[in-house]
Amino acid sequence: MRPLRIVVAKAGLDGHDRGAKVIARALRDAGMEVIYTGLFQTPEQIVQTAIQEDADGIGLSILSGAHMTLFPLVLEQLKAQGAQDVVFFGGGTIPPDDAVALKKMGVRAIFTPGAPLQEIVDFVKAECEKERPLLSS
Amino acid sequence: MIERPPKERTGPGSGAVDRTISDVPLKALYVPEDLAHLDYEGDLGYPGLYPYTRGLHPLGYRGRLWTMRQFAGFGTARQTNERYKFLLQQGQTGLSVAFDMPTLMGFDSDAAEARGEVGRCGVAIDSLADMERLFDGIDMGAVTTSMTINGPAAIALAQYVAAAERQGVSRRVLGGTIQADILKEYIAQKEWIFPPRPHMRIIVDMICFCTQEMPRWNTISISGYHIREAGSTAAQELAFTLADGFAYIEACIEAGMDVDSFAPRLSFFFNSHIDFFEEIAKFRAARRIYARRMRERYGAKDPRSWQLRFHTQTAGCSATAQQPENNIVRVAYEALAAVLGGTQSLHTNSMDEVHALPSEKAVEIALRTQQVLAYETNVTNVVDPLGGSYFIESLTDEMEREANAYFEQIEQYGGVVAAIESGFFQKEIAEASYRFQRSIETRDRIIVGVNAFEKPEETQEIELLRITEETEREQADSVRHVREHRDTSVARATLERLQRACRDPRDNLMPHLIACVNAYCTEGEIVEAMVEVYGRYVERSVF
Repeated sequence: MRPLRIVVAKAGLDGHDRGAKVIARALRDAGMEVIYTGLFQTPEQIVQTAIQEDADGIGLSILSGAHMTLFPLVLEQLKAQGAQDVVFFGGGTIPPDDAVALKKMGVRAIFTPGAPLQEIVDFVKAECEKERPLLSS
Repeated sequence: MIERPPKERTGPGSGAVDRTISDVPLKALYVPEDLAHLDYEGDLGYPGLYPYTRGLHPLGYRGRLWTMRQFAGFGTARQTNERYKFLLQQGQTGLSVAFDMPTLMGFDSDAAEARGEVGRCGVAIDSLADMERLFDGIDMGAVTTSMTINGPAAIALAQYVAAAERQGVSRRVLGGTIQADILKEYIAQKEWIFPPRPHMRIIVDMICFCTQEMPRWNTISISGYHIREAGSTAAQELAFTLADGFAYIEACIEAGMDVDSFAPRLSFFFNSHIDFFEEIAKFRAARRIYARRMRERYGAKDPRSWQLRFHTQTAGCSATAQQPENNIVRVAYEALAAVLGGTQSLHTNSMDEVHALPSEKAVEIALRTQQVLAYETNVTNVVDPLGGSYFIESLTDEMEREANAYFEQIEQYGGVVAAIESGFFQKEIAEASYRFQRSIETRDRIIVGVNAFEKPEETQEIELLRITEETEREQADSVRHVREHRDTSVARATLERLQRACRDPRDNLMPHLIACVNAYCTEGEIVEAMVEVYGRYVERSVF
């Protein structure tokens, strides 16, 4: 089977890319293929990238406070494109209440500062494996 | 009897006892031989004397305390104006403006790019009308203001000058600082607009304008803070920041300015991280490297040109989301390091900033932390109390050595702009931040509450500041109102003149920008006009 393919994304006007880059590196070191979108992507562009790359997951990083706007917009796009099987997770400076709300909307996990890399890697692996078809075509 | 050699401890956190947080090797003990090479007058000097390793002022903080300057801004100009008045009443001595992301990136609040971001991590300033509201009831001739903005810095400065002049305050008496450090944006913070080369011209124009018309204004704040927050080591922060500073200085000299005409108004901005002694060494090394370069390489003759003045902010990236009250303690140590390093001004972070913009309570504790330091601990009573310490002086030397090695590498690339274009800084920082993160994973290093001493079922009970979507609507309406109620033909004419000036390198952009803001052109419109001439920067991402 091909390695898992993950899009690591930065949305909106937020330039804080330290976390996104560390996660990208950790996922790559764990044997996944990582596509880092670079900064300032729109939700539409992020979902397009995921579809074009046939990605198993999208990790979105937001530290600007715009998470309650941008996470739902990505979810909406995933739905519109019929791509709900793409594992959508994220992280950043996200208050606990907002994390709960985002998870209710369908974001699979929210990782806040201090989350161990191994926990994120394990989570991505497990969730994406669940979504894989039993037989690859 | 055989004596057993003393053994170092084992267990969590013991994997990194032989190095600093930046991986600078450490001995267990420093002794007089470590300083055998040191020449007191040449390498340290008395406080107030070249090369200023021991500080800029002969009396240190006995002469004057540092300025307590808390960075603040959120929501609309009116909301932030209230916070400023509160901070001034609490005894804060200077203002510091945090702008929201759309403002920092040159978009108006009603732009599609701004959705979800208006007023979130700072205040939204779209036009002169907002700048006037921001300082409503505050005498701009009496306060000093620091503005943290870079891509559109020249526009924000134009708005500040115009707002002051409407209060009847002359630009000649305005005191404060504008960050305007675009090089570190490409390196670390990523809030750029134009490509580096035209942007250097904008900065030279600003420095030139301020030198002639705003004698009390600090023209640029060359910043390592964001480089450190992006994950660099202390030596990288030091080296990259100073390299940026030297690049601006060289650009101004190339533009025909005399170094002593502008250098005294340059200032720096550093991070104070959690590795206590390393930070102190970094600050001391910064002063020495700068003094030497200014005098020896650029031939500066005015002692004020040799003096590196800096603002410090405690490290946001050292704060943890877990057990946020612990951040109060971290901030206190970091603030102490900044003070022992001789900072001119200080911002202490609030404990809740990992989650959101700080609440009023958290900001107050952060300010009180500085006041306790300044008035109760007595660390201010003796100048540079750590000077001459075997360890501190060795580490200061080491910082200088590492920085010099980086300067050589940067020169090999052909200078800072060329090194940015080839991704050198970005790659170095990404490497360092990954290395650090791995050391947390392996528990070579311990972060209390994160990879040790965790509380399993932690609940958040701190009160957070919430910015509502109402702010975004209100601000978007307000910028539309400005556009509808101004003289469009005047606004258009000023923008056209600005574009002509952009194409003519002999013209200074600042007077044109002031004309644009006075005609109530919005920030987004001014940026758009300039982008038509200069283009937008696109980064080649590396991780």
